[in-house]
Amino acid sequence: MENIFVNAAGGIRNLLESAGLPSLVVDISIMTTIFVAILVFVLLNVLWLVYMERKVSAYIQCRIGPNRVGPMGIFQTIADTVKLISKEIIIPKNTNKKLFLLAPVMIFMPPMAVFAVTPFGKGMVALDLNIGVYYFVALASLSTVVIWMAGWTSNNKYSLLGSMRVVAQMVSYEVPLLLSIVGVVLLTGTMNLTGIITAQQSVWMIFLQPVAFLIYLIAAVAETNRTPFDLVEGESEIITGPFTEYSGMGFAFFFLAEYANVLLVSMLASILFLGGWLAPFGLTFIPSWIWLLLKVYLVIFLLMWFRWTYPRTRIDQMMAFCWKVLVPLAIVNIFVTGIGKYLYESVRW
Amino acid sequence: MKTQEMLINVGPQHPSTHGVFRVVLTLDGETVVKANSVPGYLHRGIEKILESRTYPQVLPYTDRLDYLAGLLMNWGYVNAMEELMDTEVPERAEHIRVIMGELQRIASHLVATAAYSGDVGGLTGFIYCFRDREDIMDMIEMVSGARLTPSYMRIGGVAADLPDGFLEKCQKFIDYLPTAIEEYNGLITGNEIFQHRTKKVAPITAERAINMSLSGPILRASGVNYDLRKARPYSIYDRFEFDVPLGSNGDCFDRFYLRVLEMTESARIIRQALDKLPDGPINAKVPKIIKPAVGEAYAEIESSKGIMGVYVVSDGSTKPYRIHFRRPSFINLGHFDELIQGWKIADVIAILGSFDIVLGEVDC
Amino acid sequence: MTVQTISEVKSEIIAKYPQIELSEAGHFFVPVNQLADIMLDLKVSFGFDFLTNVTAVDYLEHFNVVYNLSKTTAPDMLHIITKVDRKEPQVPSMVSIWGGAIWQEREAYDLLGIIFTGHPNLKRILLDDSWEEHPLRRDFQWEGGRD
Repeated sequence: MENIFVNAAGGIRNLLESAGLPSLVVDISIMTTIFVAILVFVLLNVLWLVYMERKVSAYIQCRIGPNRVGPMGIFQTIADTVKLISKEIIIPKNTNKKLFLLAPVMIFMPPMAVFAVTPFGKGMVALDLNIGVYYFVALASLSTVVIWMAGWTSNNKYSLLGSMRVVAQMVSYEVPLLLSIVGVVLLTGTMNLTGIITAQQSVWMIFLQPVAFLIYLIAAVAETNRTPFDLVEGESEIITGPFTEYSGMGFAFFFLAEYANVLLVSMLASILFLGGWLAPFGLTFIPSWIWLLLKVYLVIFLLMWFRWTYPRTRIDQMMAFCWKVLVPLAIVNIFVTGIGKYLYESVRW
Repeated sequence: MKTQEMLINVGPQHPSTHGVFRVVLTLDGETVVKANSVPGYLHRGIEKILESRTYPQVLPYTDRLDYLAGLLMNWGYVNAMEELMDTEVPERAEHIRVIMGELQRIASHLVATAAYSGDVGGLTGFIYCFRDREDIMDMIEMVSGARLTPSYMRIGGVAADLPDGFLEKCQKFIDYLPTAIEEYNGLITGNEIFQHRTKKVAPITAERAINMSLSGPILRASGVNYDLRKARPYSIYDRFEFDVPLGSNGDCFDRFYLRVLEMTESARIIRQALDKLPDGPINAKVPKIIKPAVGEAYAEIESSKGIMGVYVVSDGSTKPYRIHFRRPSFINLGHFDELIQGWKIADVIAILGSFDIVLGEVDC
Repeated sequence: MTVQTISEVKSEIIAKYPQIELSEAGHFFVPVNQLADIMLDLKVSFGFDFLTNVTAVDYLEHFNVVYNLSKTTAPDMLHIITKVDRKEPQVPSMVSIWGGAIWQEREAYDLLGIIFTGHPNLKRILLDDSWEEHPLRRDFQWEGGRD
């Protein structure tokens, strides 16, 4: 079980090599297979997350949730997606048609690209980059541009308000997000995601960096535009913000991309702070990739819990909270971490 | 930097204008510079229609004013008619009216609380309040057969006596209500983000509130002790013991929380009315064909949104010469344009929610 | 301060303003040309600080504009009627005295066509701006409908 995916990849490689193909072709086909596998993994998770959110919200709100399509309504997302595909895509007048249609396609690119460096289990990483954290954060912030693009090209005032909020919010919250990660990087001394995981062998980062974890979690909620920081959509104020004019599949893409982003930030949270695929309490008979998934879903459940409990903040309060609370706190955290590490290394007890 | 003001049209189709209310905002970034409310999208000309209806036929139209508090709207009309015709309502009918009216007030406040929670982004609070409102809807259905448009009151009494099992159900609900309110306070009122969103937002001073003829929870949130049930008791409200909750700042939070407090007081009134409920007839002796003498009457009751007044002019025939409804939401909204200036667009929704308008009533 | 009954208040007002007519039902009939002064005095000297209701009735020969005043501190309520010429229906606006009249007067203008002079924004409120008639006038006829 532990090495099922690694062995499968090795098996394919052996098969291709024994067929006498040149090594470049073999490499390319292996890479393609891995990326398709990641794509399928992400899409399946996203479909499941939509269903899970509906169920979790239902149980929080004393409802039952979807229960008609399939057992326990498990095929609800599929039914919804099929419905959305069959709907007409309405393009409003006076929009920049190309950009308008490009935005929903582009929205999936940043999260998909980021999954390339994510370690899904022991030895299960497509690209073991040295600067994995850097790549991760750099690409993940690209979705700001795409949402701004969607809002701007929609030629709708609500969309414009929404996209102004996107830029303000996501750029601001990037700062505490990064600063909170710096603490972890300081302690582990590496930006390689696998390296960070193995450095947590003895103790998880959440215990060494509790403040950083909290800051990360808050900033991550803001980055994924979920309640209490869902000002971008802010349904009761600006309809659905940048996505107001989208219908059919265009809307579905934005909707699903939100969950891809949720998966992404939760995965980073479990890698950086919860020991990634490391098994706690020596329970190594459970495969590492299952451990990672369990931790990821724990974080996701936490995010859903926030969403269905909290109301929405206001734009000025949210910005003030970022710049006046989170950023100073994160800087102090880095400072304290640095001193702590210096003392630890000079004393060496 | 050169900036430009933006004109944005909120409504008539918008998720949180509570119906088909429209307001045209001039925005500077996210801040409202100027506002211009445009009601009327639900105008059905009820006052005109009523000119060609007989007096008993008027009643179902009143349900459609504030459709979240149909019984209170009924009551406003029958109260004015009874004043016009000088009718004495039997004791039992008065008690039933108080019980049903206060239940309807709780239901209306529950919707206000629910919608307010939804307006500031907490959808869970919305569902919780609607869960409990369902019990009241069941009770209203028990007595009248309808949930939203009961038309239960009659000139001189009520349509039917309380059915079997109603008193137990009502008692059970009243006993349960404090638990539910505690839940709302935990989920909505006590939430830090909610308090940040609502406290110190759009305060109304007491003088301004009186000057603008605001009424109901909005007026009392500014600290003005003016509840018709106490100030000018109609029906049999002078026999019950209850307090009028008052706010101090007149901000959105006070307006919201006052409704929660009023639910408790309503429950107190219902409890006393249930204890005192006498036996007897439920209808006064009213002629089969209602033909009031020439004259006019204006009477007010305290509805859940504010003061509901009905002005009836009779020319001696079977049809009213003129009926005018003083709709609390309509008059309260008159202050809205002025109030939202200088607040953010997110606050506009929060302020509108704290006014608790019902468009059926605003547009009439 | 001794508590006055509403009839005492009414007779005091009548004593001060003999031009006010008191009907049997206790309603005040105020001549339109003195309405603004009397209303202001009712607020300032007699403490009627709350304008609850403004409406109007069409009697085909004239309009009755009806005001209901009350106090937030006492249960008193006054029912004030002023007769307005139907051809030139002009009434002074109460907005400068009670801001609460702002939408009610617009409604009366919209539905009955009474001009409230001095109103800051006398526009239609319920009906569309392109409407020309005033539907609550008794001579208004509409096409369709049930009867």
